[in-house]
Amino acid sequence: MMVLADVLLLIVLMLGLAIVGTSRLSAAVRASAIQGVALAILPLLLRDATSPTPVALVIATALGTLAIKAILIPHLLTRAIREANVRLEVEPTVSLHLSLLLAAVLTGVAFWIGSALPLPRPARSNLIVPIAFATFFFGALVLVGRRKAVTQVVGYLLLENGIFVFGQCLAQETPFVVELGILLDLLVGIFVMGIAINHISREFEDIDTEALSSLRDDD
Amino acid sequence: MESFLGLLVVVPAVLGGLAYFLRRTSVQLALLLAVAIAHLAGVIALWFGPHLTPAVFHLRVDPIGLLFLTTTSVLFVAASLYSIAYVRGDTHDEPSARHRFVPFLLWFLATMTLVTLAEHLALLWAAVEATTLASAPLIYYYRRRAALEATWKYLLICSVGIALALLGTFFLGIAASATPGEAPALSLPALMDAAPQMAKPWLRAAFILALVGYGTKMGLAPLHTWLPDAHSQAPSPVSALLSGALLNCAFLGILRFYQVCVASGDSAFAETLLIVLGVASLIVAAAFLIRQRDVKRLFAYSSVENMGILAIGVGIGGKAAFAALLHAVNHSLCKAALFFVAGNVLRAYGTTRASDVTGALRRLPITGTLLVVGVLAIGGLPPFGAFVSEYMIFNAALATGHTVLGVLFISLLAVAFLGMAMTVFSMAQGEGHSAGPEAPLAVLPSLIFLSIVLLLGLYLPPALSDLLSEAAKGLER
Repeated sequence: MMVLADVLLLIVLMLGLAIVGTSRLSAAVRASAIQGVALAILPLLLRDATSPTPVALVIATALGTLAIKAILIPHLLTRAIREANVRLEVEPTVSLHLSLLLAAVLTGVAFWIGSALPLPRPARSNLIVPIAFATFFFGALVLVGRRKAVTQVVGYLLLENGIFVFGQCLAQETPFVVELGILLDLLVGIFVMGIAINHISREFEDIDTEALSSLRDDD
Repeated sequence: MESFLGLLVVVPAVLGGLAYFLRRTSVQLALLLAVAIAHLAGVIALWFGPHLTPAVFHLRVDPIGLLFLTTTSVLFVAASLYSIAYVRGDTHDEPSARHRFVPFLLWFLATMTLVTLAEHLALLWAAVEATTLASAPLIYYYRRRAALEATWKYLLICSVGIALALLGTFFLGIAASATPGEAPALSLPALMDAAPQMAKPWLRAAFILALVGYGTKMGLAPLHTWLPDAHSQAPSPVSALLSGALLNCAFLGILRFYQVCVASGDSAFAETLLIVLGVASLIVAAAFLIRQRDVKRLFAYSSVENMGILAIGVGIGGKAAFAALLHAVNHSLCKAALFFVAGNVLRAYGTTRASDVTGALRRLPITGTLLVVGVLAIGGLPPFGAFVSEYMIFNAALATGHTVLGVLFISLLAVAFLGMAMTVFSMAQGEGHSAGPEAPLAVLPSLIFLSIVLLLGLYLPPALSDLLSEAAKGLER
């Protein structure tokens, strides 16, 4: 099971890299949807057999994650892209080559952090912490290195996915209600952002966030 | 009693959904006021019960939470009253935007209530993020480009900031797993019990992430960039709630992590960080207050300043922590009063640019007077309440050997006050003709709040001072 979990974690890392490196917006959204599938399965593989949480709740959480991260959110993003008539390229401010190079460096940093900050109780897999941090860093990279509002949302999603992976090394499981609350926040957040993107595209005829810089103190 | 706590969250949330299906704005506003008053009645009932209860469904009452819940509830009643005058006076808005105003306000109340009652730190996080989502549509009430820009910045900067706080919450879970035996859950009492045995590097990292994350939402410099835009673009009753209630909720997030640090016996680094960010906020606020030409942005930067004061007060600790909590109450009341008044100015003059507003005292006598009095009150002049709380922090700084900090604190406050006073007094003075009688609901909430602030400067009611002491004890080493 642990080997399978490691493979899954590596897939999450690769999909993160794919999002950093792709020039197509739809490809980035698709990669993030597949990442959602991987994240839904991950807790099932990493589950401690002695855990007191009923299996039904674990499966319910997994299904919730799958529904929200792999289906609903990608659907909302695809719709936002279609309705806002977004051009299909990602329009990086940091070039894709440089982004990939930075991503490679950040992966190195993430693995270094993983070894420098030992967990008090070893996690079920050694890859959890480094890959969580790498995914988190990729998200930050996409957030600051892309111009479009939609791509910034993809970056935010990647960031959240990194935190989700990190949550897997908690010794105590988060209560079901709270877990659901976090997932719902993410869903509603993306929904509200999608609506905002729609309005931005109508107002500004483009969802280039550089247009969003009129509010200053000297006006 | 226990299920009653849940009602404080559930009732506004459900009735917010119901308000969505009410056609008439006047009926919606009546519902808003009814819920606000019922909420306040519930909160007052909590004051008569024990101020520290065991958790049920991850909700509980504790002194700090109760203090912030009460200010939130009081402000919400005032904002509801003011909204009746404000929304009625609106003519140029899209009906759909106006229709959504009351539902989102009620959801905003529900989420803020959840923040103050949550004892599970992940639930606290979910609640703080939910406040962002409930309030973003309120900031976009006026469907203008500038409002859209402010909303987008608010959504993205706060969501990303808060994501760091979630990471911090998980870090705290990792730190707690160093304790022998069963790892504690992420509930505050369990974490505080386990704190002395926690892994210190993880605990410190957790506090830093929470400080940066919740600090973004609280408006601590240099993470405050969304705040002046959102506060100036939102309709005035919403600005009042953002500044007077929401920023406190974000501060509560930081305080929860600080409580764990205190319980671990390793809080000196946290105090230093709070003081550093606090001073940075004072500096940034003073710099922007001096040459600020928009009155709502002026009040927004004043909020950055006051959040800095809160951080410094808690960072110094002891009496200053008590004073910081008292100052939170004073700031909430003053700032809500000022944003309500700014809304009246905007209505009468059609602008919030200070240079385009003159003779406010003549044109709007009550509003103009409240504007001047409000600025004196928030500036910490005696005999207002903010003077007492700021003076106590200054004194505590000197008494604990933070002489440089104390002097810096007082000088920056003076600069900030001068900046605000110059702008606002130039708006108040000058020629003008009376614009007729002012709507009672547009001035009454401010009048009551500033009277309370005056009263708090002269006399601290024992019930409040007891609650403040209990709350400050929760932050003591």
